[in-house]
Amino acid sequence: MYCILFENLSERLEDTFKRIRGRGKLTPKDVERGLREVRLALLEADVNFRVVKDFINRVKERALGAEVMESLTPAQQLIKIVHEELIKTLGEKAVALDLSGPKPIPILLVGLQGSGKTTSAAKLALFLRKKGRRPFLVPADTYRPAAIDQLQTLARQINIPCYNPAQGETPVEIVKKALAEAKAQGYDVAIIDTAGRLHIDDQMMAEVEEIKKAVAPREVLLVADAMTGQDAVNIAKSFHEKVGLTGVILTKVEGDARGGAALSIRAVTGCPIKFLGTGEKLNALEVFHPDRLASRILGMGDVLSLIEKAQEAFDLKKAQELHDKLKKEAFTLEDLRDQIRQMKRLGSLEQILKMIPGLGNKLKDIPFDEREIVKMEAIINSMTPQERRYPKIINASRKRRIAKGSGTSVQDVNRLLKSYEEMRRLFKRVRKKGGLQALARSLFGR
Amino acid sequence: MFKWFKKESPESPDTEGNRPQQTKGLWSKFQKGLSRTRERLKEGLGELFVVERIVDEAFFEELEEALITADINIDTVRSLLNPLRLKVKDGQLLKSSECKRYLREEMLKMLSIPSPAFPPLARPAAIFLVGVNGVGKTTTIAKLAYRLKSEGYKPLLVAADTFRAAAIEQLETWSRRLEVPIVKQTPGADPSSVVFEGLKAAQKRGVDIALVDTAGRLHTKYNLMEELKKMARVAGKVLEGAPHENLLVIDATTGQNALRQVELFGQALPLTGLIITKMDGTAKGGITLTLAHLFKVPIRFVGLGEKIEDLDPFEAEAFVDAILP
Ligand SMILES: Nc1nc2c(ncn2[C@@H]2O[C@H](COP(=O)(O)OP(=O)(O)OP(=O)(O)O)[C@@H](O)[C@H]2O)c(=O)[nH]1
Ligand SMILES: [Mg+2]
Repeated sequence: MYCILFENLSERLEDTFKRIRGRGKLTPKDVERGLREVRLALLEADVNFRVVKDFINRVKERALGAEVMESLTPAQQLIKIVHEELIKTLGEKAVALDLSGPKPIPILLVGLQGSGKTTSAAKLALFLRKKGRRPFLVPADTYRPAAIDQLQTLARQINIPCYNPAQGETPVEIVKKALAEAKAQGYDVAIIDTAGRLHIDDQMMAEVEEIKKAVAPREVLLVADAMTGQDAVNIAKSFHEKVGLTGVILTKVEGDARGGAALSIRAVTGCPIKFLGTGEKLNALEVFHPDRLASRILGMGDVLSLIEKAQEAFDLKKAQELHDKLKKEAFTLEDLRDQIRQMKRLGSLEQILKMIPGLGNKLKDIPFDEREIVKMEAIINSMTPQERRYPKIINASRKRRIAKGSGTSVQDVNRLLKSYEEMRRLFKRVRKKGGLQALARSLFGR
Repeated sequence: MFKWFKKESPESPDTEGNRPQQTKGLWSKFQKGLSRTRERLKEGLGELFVVERIVDEAFFEELEEALITADINIDTVRSLLNPLRLKVKDGQLLKSSECKRYLREEMLKMLSIPSPAFPPLARPAAIFLVGVNGVGKTTTIAKLAYRLKSEGYKPLLVAADTFRAAAIEQLETWSRRLEVPIVKQTPGADPSSVVFEGLKAAQKRGVDIALVDTAGRLHTKYNLMEELKKMARVAGKVLEGAPHENLLVIDATTGQNALRQVELFGQALPLTGLIITKMDGTAKGGITLTLAHLFKVPIRFVGLGEKIEDLDPFEAEAFVDAILP
């Protein structure tokens, strides 16, 4: 399993250890060499230099033990240790929000400019409401133009109440009044969005200290961008010293940043990462799982999250319908379009494809590429319902019409029809092997 | 105008105490940020070049740490240090000052990329600001508008971020404060249509420079990158050669992911330059050295604070001096 998940680093380590194979046992020097590769991988993932150093020292102790030295597969052993130690550093398991104490329970969001506090505040409110809480939003960024407007707009979108500051109210006044209002109206969590500030801006840091004093928050969450580089340690340390963090929200995780900053932040503050922001939509907030981030930091993709996302996006009712259709072998182009729509919800398919071990080959001729998907949907949209249900009737002149209608070429239409055939065949095979579970297994390798 | 950095004179060596104290404005702000970085890196990192010494492997390791923690890419760091390391291995005696001089020159070489005149000559000219979420596009647009206006140009703001909540209001606030006209539509409108309307208006009203604010987007989002291309195509239909500049805004705190940002934004639009924001913090934005070097995109401006005047043209020497310990 590890060799699949950790392709990049594992390849590098295999390379490193290849030269010495045949000589039998590894020497401590060989292990050193392997650790140098690990170090590079971590630095490339933006883990802070010092944090990497400490980390490598810890791994080294274990690596020099029998586990790696006497292993027949030293590269994989080493990766296993690195992965385990990463998880240990990131915190073994998800830590929930502390929502004890008198209501409304204040949650304070702090961080640098542009890290994603406002969006995260709204996401958190939505998340908590789904958990049965009654959240109240508090916009305390009086500096950035239209920041208050931004939170209020988001609040309206998700239908969650939001405090409306009067002209000239200071952030400290805002939070005090907002909390009184939340209390009077019986809300149980107050999520406070603050202005972005530099950790070295004494005046602004003093202000956030004051806000904290005024509301005594249960949680002070640092909102940090997953793309942050080496400076993450300075940022996290300063915020922690000044306001005492209780947790971290790592944002913009859906991109391709490796997110090493999370490890740095965790290492210097000891605070757990509690949530990941995974998109611009307000439901794109996930509870943090250390094992996934560990894989990602090592550049091995976030396989587990993807599987989960795929499952989520995979509408159950539709899945059942598909299942029935498969049974009857009645998989039509309409079903394919449904599939495509579901896939589009998954985000970048190219990336998903890359992360699914062993899939690339099997589905070589099926265009999973996202731009292809967009095209595919357009083509199917240009067909008549009749054509979608009975693709056999699509002759040359129909093909020309469809191509024209979808702004594609006849070759594109042909390709789509071919893919559809392939898929049908694949599903047929799957059907024989035992339904959707098997399909899922063949798609996601478990 | 303010100078981002007062050029180092031979008699003011790069030490904390001797920095020209009288320099005002941006540089002093920047310098303050730096001195704090140094306070923080207690292990004496920032003092590598203060006392002249013969360099050895321990010196290189410290230097490597300093450069990596500035977010310079590891390959860049290695290729910078390797020739020096080889010399030392060969038994050459190398002084730390020589080492610094060499590094400084190499870095300046990496940064010496010809950059077009700003603002572009076309009238009206269209400038797109693009980048991932929250890097400072809108604020930088305002800063550029202020700058252009005070230089006598007639700028126009185009609110093509129709997606983010209150993004239009944010730009509108700047438009009011700066007394610079704005073209906007409603939230959720097609950004290409805003670009179209904006550039048409620019033409009609005799505007010099149209500054187009785009929604923040992650470079990995195919559809959003396609949207950006479409906006550029539409711009080109209204004004010949538009967009005349595509400036990618990069947050100085960004690490290695900036490489992907330049790569993928560069695939969508021909980038004419980079703007590094938030250089007033403790991050040194070292990744942009690698960016300029690998992608040959010039760095055009640096953002040094949240105030409207906190934007200065990029100066390679100041940047390099800030990166070198
Ligand atoms: N300290 C500092 N803050 C900056 C700088 N430039 C922008 N900011 C702040 O960064 C935050 C985000 O800036 P915006 O201009 O809204 O960023 P954007 O890229 O337009 O953001 P989106 O449109 O949401 O993607 C704001 O709080 C700005 O005040 C800078 O040079 N220094
Ligand atoms: Mg903006």
